[in-house]
Amino acid sequence: MAYAAGVDVGSTQTKAVVINEKREIVGRSLMDTGANVVHAAEQAFDLAAKDSGLRDSEIEYVIGTGYGRYRVTFGNAQITEISCHGRGAAQMFPDTRTVVDMGGQDTKAICISPTGEIVDFCMNDKCAAGTGRFLGAAARALDIPLQDLGPTALKCNKPVRISTTCTVFAESEVLSWLGKGKKIEDILWGVHQSIASRTTSLLRRVGIEEQITFTGGVTKNIGMIRALEEKLDAKLNVSEDSHYMGALGAALFGLDHVLASRNPRDSVEVSP
Amino acid sequence: MAAIEEGLVGRGNRDGAQMFREWFDELSQTAKGGGQSAYVFVMGSLNELLKAFDLPVVFPEINSLQTAVRHVANEFLSEAEDYGYSPDICGYVKADVAVQLRHGDHPMGDIPKPSIAVLTNACNTYIKWAEIWQRMYDTPMFTLDVPGTREADGQTWNGDRDFENDKRYVEGQLRELIALCEKVTGKKFDIDKLRETMRYANDVSVGWQRVLDLNKSRPSLFNALTDGTIFLGVANGFRGSKEGSVYFKELVEEMEYKAENGIGTLTEEIYRLIFVGVPCYPIFRRFNEMFTEQGGTFINSTYLSFASGGANRGFEYDLKNPIESLAEGTLISVRDAMDNMFYQDRVLAGMIDDYHVDGIVYHPIKSCRTVSTGLADARRYLSKNYDVPSLFVESDMMDRRVVSEAQMKNRIDAFFEGLASRRRTAQIH
Repeated sequence: MAYAAGVDVGSTQTKAVVINEKREIVGRSLMDTGANVVHAAEQAFDLAAKDSGLRDSEIEYVIGTGYGRYRVTFGNAQITEISCHGRGAAQMFPDTRTVVDMGGQDTKAICISPTGEIVDFCMNDKCAAGTGRFLGAAARALDIPLQDLGPTALKCNKPVRISTTCTVFAESEVLSWLGKGKKIEDILWGVHQSIASRTTSLLRRVGIEEQITFTGGVTKNIGMIRALEEKLDAKLNVSEDSHYMGALGAALFGLDHVLASRNPRDSVEVSP
Repeated sequence: MAAIEEGLVGRGNRDGAQMFREWFDELSQTAKGGGQSAYVFVMGSLNELLKAFDLPVVFPEINSLQTAVRHVANEFLSEAEDYGYSPDICGYVKADVAVQLRHGDHPMGDIPKPSIAVLTNACNTYIKWAEIWQRMYDTPMFTLDVPGTREADGQTWNGDRDFENDKRYVEGQLRELIALCEKVTGKKFDIDKLRETMRYANDVSVGWQRVLDLNKSRPSLFNALTDGTIFLGVANGFRGSKEGSVYFKELVEEMEYKAENGIGTLTEEIYRLIFVGVPCYPIFRRFNEMFTEQGGTFINSTYLSFASGGANRGFEYDLKNPIESLAEGTLISVRDAMDNMFYQDRVLAGMIDDYHVDGIVYHPIKSCRTVSTGLADARRYLSKNYDVPSLFVESDMMDRRVVSEAQMKNRIDAFFEGLASRRRTAQIH
């Protein structure tokens, strides 16, 4: 049995996945990236290997992805998270044509071909509006845990409209709505709608085609799933492993290499 | 190969850099001696006419971008912002304001004060910019209103009623400008001198068009983003001069030699790219390296067209009728410069096949909405109608504060991953 791993070093969290040659996830790990990126990558890989019950040496190929991909110093190659999220989404939901990846510091809209290749992509630029950071700012202002954001927002009856697109100003806008006596759930739903609106704008730039697969850390937020589905008027593909989609895609590219190298007629070049 | 030893290959870059230094040295001498100068812009400089009055030309756009290339733009931008200019307006304007506040002190030399400002309507900011000098120095300001293309695919030409009317309209304005130049310089207009500068300008236009055309060669002969910007600077600054004429004849010679001998810019040209927009001057070299490191080279750019004031069209003046022909050439060239910004989809569609293009890189910039606004539309049109991948990467031409190299690198890497994947799929099928 062949095994490969992907390590996705994001701005907020590092994810690692180990897959077997049937392309099944056999091990995974998730941890905060912190200041020591190399250490986070190593630790995430070790934990995923341990979770799979494999020794490190049994994992034949490791690919680093995410902003810290060049810090996966023990890896064999690096591929951007844009290609990896596309590949992972196409594997998990084969009819995917559009991927929306929402992470800690950026949101990506990715258009993929029926064969899983990247046709086009678009990302937020130099601004954290419409990303997980925006939700983090709201959670801080309202003093509620991140995991409670979505469920709380879904209790909304009269949503407020969050007009700012700036993550820094969002905090003060949230506080000003609190000062006006608005309910937390109404404010929070407004925050989710604001992000969904900005994300939809990104998606429109690459063209929205069904099926749409939602990936990244914010997939853990049920409120964000609902807000996006409402805005897009479409059902999103989401899985328990959506958070690991970048790492999964990286592992799949790694597995391609392992399998190709066993067949000398195939190219062993590692790239999307 | 002997020609390489004799310095033919790379001569255009070396001579261009040297000419730039000499140009700024002359401007410094003019500034120190209190001499006259004309402030002009790249889209419709009318350099050939101003040179007929012996007016040294100052291109504030070029002065400004030079501060960015030399990594000191932030000082100039901050100075203008401290003075009261908004962070959101054109970075070129702000850097120039700082140069004026510093009494012409610029990293490349001293810049003389303007005796006259000549501008076109090709950029709306030109007008407000010149008004700053008007307020600061009471500089006479002449705005040449060049009628643009009225609708997509709606260009008119010689013999069309609209074109003839437009030509007369421009000619009338040029006669007014000649009278103003006479007043400012105290010199009588010499039509034979204008013929001479126009003859030199013809050599620049014809040479520029030929050089751009030669880059259809495989491998490409020069990098449109880096080398091309040097050639472009000469095309602007030395238009209408003997030096400019000689430079472009020699540049054509160099490029023809490279084409005949298969001498390209890279060891291995893997992807041929078009650049759309204004370069990222704050990290000029690094920006280009992020592409060349992966085998991508820029073989053409809309910048080389609109920022040359449409000289890419290779319009040749009829020296028998200089003023009428200057009007016609200015109309056609400046209109083309505007079309390269406002009807980019048409221009790019033409380049895709001619230059065997693998990808298009759009570079919208924060501080110039004029060149950036239509890029998303052009990209959408081309994506829909032509099978060419593209990258949309935003930054700025001047302001390092909005240039995020890490974000750019991520997008550029993903773009190349897509190009590689696409090529592999094409090979399989």
